[in-house]
Amino acid sequence: MSEASRIEKRFAAVKAEGRGALVTFVTAGDPDYDTSLEIVKGLPGAGADLIELGMPFSDPMAEGPPIQASSLRALKAGMTLNKTLDMVREFRKDDADTPIILMGYFNPIYSHGVDRFVKDAKVAGVDGLIIVDLPPEEDTELCLPALEAGIHWIRLATPTTDDKRLPVVLNNTSGFVYYVSIMGITGTAAVPTDHVREAVARLRRHTELPVAVGFGIRTPEQAATISGVADGAVVGSAIVDAVKAELDDNGKAKPGLAAKVLALVESLANGVRGNRAA
Amino acid sequence: MSPMETLNTYRAGPDEAGHFGIFGGRFVAETLMPLILDVEQAYTAARQDPSFQSDYDYYAKHYVGRPSPLYFAERLTGELRKGAPSDKGAKVYFKRDELNHTGSHKANNVLGQILLARRMGKTRIIAETGAGQHGVATATFCALFDLPCVVYMGATDIERQAPNVFRMKLLGAEVRPVTSGTGTLKDAMNDALRDWVANVENTFYIIGTVAGPHPYPAMVRDFQSIIGRETREQIMEAEGRLPDALVACIGGGSNAMGLFHPFLDDKDVAIYGVEAAGHGISSGEHAASLTGGRPGVLHGNRTYLLQNDDGQILDAHSISAGLDYPGIGPEHSWLHDIGRANYVSATDAEALEAFQLCSRIEGIIPALEPAHALAYVRKLAPQMGRDQIIVMNLCGRGDKDVFTVAAALGVEL
Repeated sequence: MSEASRIEKRFAAVKAEGRGALVTFVTAGDPDYDTSLEIVKGLPGAGADLIELGMPFSDPMAEGPPIQASSLRALKAGMTLNKTLDMVREFRKDDADTPIILMGYFNPIYSHGVDRFVKDAKVAGVDGLIIVDLPPEEDTELCLPALEAGIHWIRLATPTTDDKRLPVVLNNTSGFVYYVSIMGITGTAAVPTDHVREAVARLRRHTELPVAVGFGIRTPEQAATISGVADGAVVGSAIVDAVKAELDDNGKAKPGLAAKVLALVESLANGVRGNRAA
Repeated sequence: MSPMETLNTYRAGPDEAGHFGIFGGRFVAETLMPLILDVEQAYTAARQDPSFQSDYDYYAKHYVGRPSPLYFAERLTGELRKGAPSDKGAKVYFKRDELNHTGSHKANNVLGQILLARRMGKTRIIAETGAGQHGVATATFCALFDLPCVVYMGATDIERQAPNVFRMKLLGAEVRPVTSGTGTLKDAMNDALRDWVANVENTFYIIGTVAGPHPYPAMVRDFQSIIGRETREQIMEAEGRLPDALVACIGGGSNAMGLFHPFLDDKDVAIYGVEAAGHGISSGEHAASLTGGRPGVLHGNRTYLLQNDDGQILDAHSISAGLDYPGIGPEHSWLHDIGRANYVSATDAEALEAFQLCSRIEGIIPALEPAHALAYVRKLAPQMGRDQIIVMNLCGRGDKDVFTVAAALGVEL
């Protein structure tokens, strides 16, 4: 990666504006392909700086109920890994700058074939991968082939990642570090800002990479606070809940679902943009 | 099946990273990694500590009731000789692990892990359970050692295994119904992992089978290998030689691994693992990961899985809740690929017949899980010589299954 990547450029640009980035998570294909594509295409306009696109999996072991449910909704509506890659290709027709990071679990990729996946993802315009169940101990599986192809490998650091473990985690991490602010699954309540500030400071002693913080961020105020102490704030469950709130009794999208979800993202983005660092 | 790969030993696995060939490994979220490394380190130290072994031996003998008998099933042997040519019909022995305290082989493993949890200073125990046998065993040892216990159990399984749910509650455990996914064993394991991620500091996760991230497949196998070690001694005493064949049922595969492992290097001992074929492999409604699945990654390890073209995990089906799992322990996947063990299957209907046969002519009501093994013994014994020996692991008793069997036979209780 000799030329700066989309992820590197975006974090640099946001930093130049004196703020942290808003990183939004949505599950690809939730509640259906077309509605999901409408949301994803609308995210940059609503103020999302980076997009994490969840690849649905039947057994998302690290997710709480909101993202589990969104994953199952997407699968039920016929989402597949191939269609997730289609969605990225569609998105890239109109947007050449917003980074897209695929987030999910290894089995669908392993089933697709690692070499084929890395090639397909690169061609589709994927910038980075967060694969929850591939720790550094399994780097030969997908991390090294992805890096080789010029796709960033973003790893999670957690409160259990002590100073001994941290260098292991940071080795081969690129693009940014995703700090999971709580011990637990996605959708759990947030922790005090002081804890996050300390954790970010600790990470910065070990790495030059931008640090995004996630888990438990639901409101514009929280997004503002966290993006003030870190390089980015990740919002997932709250957005996924907004999708769920706009489903009819049959689980189908009500008219205007995408607009409602994007309005939430816009309020989060305003929060992040209002919080200029001194 | 591939031709058998010749190795000096089949008992050396896993490697340091937990691999049996391409299978096994440590596919878990980063939050769990430090903990898994701790468990591995603590287990390695415990294995070399004579006091750990002597604690295990003490409770195994006085509390679990080991060694379990190796019993010559004479009437069953006679029954299976009836239709066979005069020189056919192997002698069938049962390894009576259903006589363990709590009614199955599960106690062998829980005892080992709970001693390890105590050694590590953990103060809270969680477990997943399918049929409820592992949950009952875990609840039992938590009562004995005064540790709070949370058992995750699929809502579907809670319904079909009501007696075991009540047992766990009597023993003081909290049974948490799992409604995510399809509410069966795989979902219970997902939720147990989610609990563990949220409570890593004080909690030990007692996994019930030879699956999960390294070191669990090796550790559970080691604790269950007491079955095979006893069997070797007992068959030498009874017959003066090793058996010709071993047969055990497989869900995750812990009772089978425990019986097989001490015999892996005895190349004249044929090994048969019996998966649950449910309504039949061709029906698509089964739990036979090796026969009907392909390699993938789930629950911390690479192994054969039931999955669709997109790599999404499929639901397993079996009349036996204990076999109703879309994966299998990674060491079995390896033994399958290198050809050291043979993996076959038995349907719900075959298991039900075997269940009744065993009850009627041996006076032993087996669990539906080993009824699958017996269903295969019924096919295998008549093809083997009269002077040959089969040892089948009768790994659980059938009290828990009487309602399921009655329903399947159309009997109202």
